[in-house]
Amino acid sequence: MPQKIYIRLASHRVNTSVAVNQRHPKIFTPGEVITTQNEFMRGHGTYEENGELKSSVAGVREQVNNLISVRPLKSRYNGEVGDVVVGRITEVQQKRWKVETNSRLDSVLPLSAVNLPGGELRRRSAEDEHMMRQFLQEGDLISAEVQSVHSDGSLSLHTRSLKYGKLAQGVLVKVFPSLIRRSKTHFHNLPIGASVILGNNGFIWICPTINNTDESVGGFIQNLEQVVPKQERETIARIRNCILALMQSKMLLYDTSILYAYEESLKYSVPELLVPEAMVDTAVLTQQRLCMIENE
Amino acid sequence: MSRSKELISKIGLRLDGRRANELRRIRCKLGVFTEPDGSAYLEQGLTKVLAAVYGPHQVRNRSKAQHDTAIVNCQFSMAVFSTNERKRRPRGDRKSTELSMHLQQALLAVIKTELYPWSQIDVYVEVLHADGGIYPACVNAATLALIDAGIPIKEYVCACTASLANNDIPMLDISHQEEVMGGPTLTVAALPISGKIVLMEMSQRFHLDHLQKVLEKALQGCRDIKQILDEAVRLHVRDVGCSTGWANTS
Repeated sequence: MPQKIYIRLASHRVNTSVAVNQRHPKIFTPGEVITTQNEFMRGHGTYEENGELKSSVAGVREQVNNLISVRPLKSRYNGEVGDVVVGRITEVQQKRWKVETNSRLDSVLPLSAVNLPGGELRRRSAEDEHMMRQFLQEGDLISAEVQSVHSDGSLSLHTRSLKYGKLAQGVLVKVFPSLIRRSKTHFHNLPIGASVILGNNGFIWICPTINNTDESVGGFIQNLEQVVPKQERETIARIRNCILALMQSKMLLYDTSILYAYEESLKYSVPELLVPEAMVDTAVLTQQRLCMIENE
Repeated sequence: MSRSKELISKIGLRLDGRRANELRRIRCKLGVFTEPDGSAYLEQGLTKVLAAVYGPHQVRNRSKAQHDTAIVNCQFSMAVFSTNERKRRPRGDRKSTELSMHLQQALLAVIKTELYPWSQIDVYVEVLHADGGIYPACVNAATLALIDAGIPIKEYVCACTASLANNDIPMLDISHQEEVMGGPTLTVAALPISGKIVLMEMSQRFHLDHLQKVLEKALQGCRDIKQILDEAVRLHVRDVGCSTGWANTS
């Protein structure tokens, strides 16, 4: 099958910005003095020098009572308890797994914080420790919830719910954590025939819709033999490209924005959707629809 | 003596038509890649540099991990096609290793490493086109990439070169042509807001009496560069912020 190949000069780059409102809050850049009064407390992204509170990142000031912090628009994932994350196992250790979650330190998934296959609740024995690699091995993708944040910033995860566990067939997309909008649920069964897990850490998992609701196995079964029909795979690929388009234009990702982008992208074929013009077009149309809803 | 006279003409113009205290054109862009945590592209005249920052992330080599600070790992490399004569290897030679160390020294002075124990920050800099002032361009690009990555830094670290023409007039931001023609080159990396100098290097010598004015010129250059970078950062933050609707920020 002949394929169109797009090669373009750097000077013909498309402007991907979809910025609408030109009013913006004051932006602070590193080294800039925020305040010289010393009644304020310094939060993240600030430091004190010679009695002056200065910014250490580029971003917008946030103030809670006396606490001033500056939040950068893009950074590594800062975990909070209760966040849904998608991560990759990097190491199997004694009684715990190490998980890469785009955080500044690898996260920990203790053996005691997973539901063992079979769903039974019991003490973890030495046998379970030997079996750890059978449950999860290096390179496996998991979805989990943040259980606690340690003092050095590393996260402790748990998968003590049937919705968490090992991820089987699907596509992973990595975006900046700040592009994920915090919402009540991060598991979405989109009506177009795919499920999306929007990890708070910027890892997005797209997979075929899971029909059986009575999962009593605790999510450690990976069915890699099952063939996903072509139509479903195309849907997944389209969602992935839509997410890339939204990411390129730095738009927030949540179920509505992804769904709208999907609908707006239907006039393009899936491979065409990777052309910068098509990506920007999709993003702009999505932005317009989102604005319309907001105004109503 | 006769050679250095050509560096600046009688009416005060340099070989490329600049005046003694003018910088070359600086163009820069933040967030050019999606894979690294932060990236930047910077053009200073014809010198073109890409910088990418990964991290802070878990230390790969566990024995190197520090319990109280992050380690900063810098790698400088030059594309084989960046110079007049094709380079044999892009990195690993003596000059690249030296520049990596100097870059690390400049960045360690500003990064608040104490916030990230057990972590590591990788800075990769690639020169695409070398036309004099490679080190300053690398430092400036690395600063932008660090800001894009959201890594806390005390302030901008900027670098600039200055030289002495006709044994009298200090001039700013030396191009490759002027480097080759001779004349001492002073490279300064400084923190423009507090006026601290983090690195100073000289390629040839001139009389000590001239040092003050040449250094002052280089520091002025650093301050000018900081203005340009700051503008670019603000523009970038505004663009991204407006696209996301300033969400996740109150």
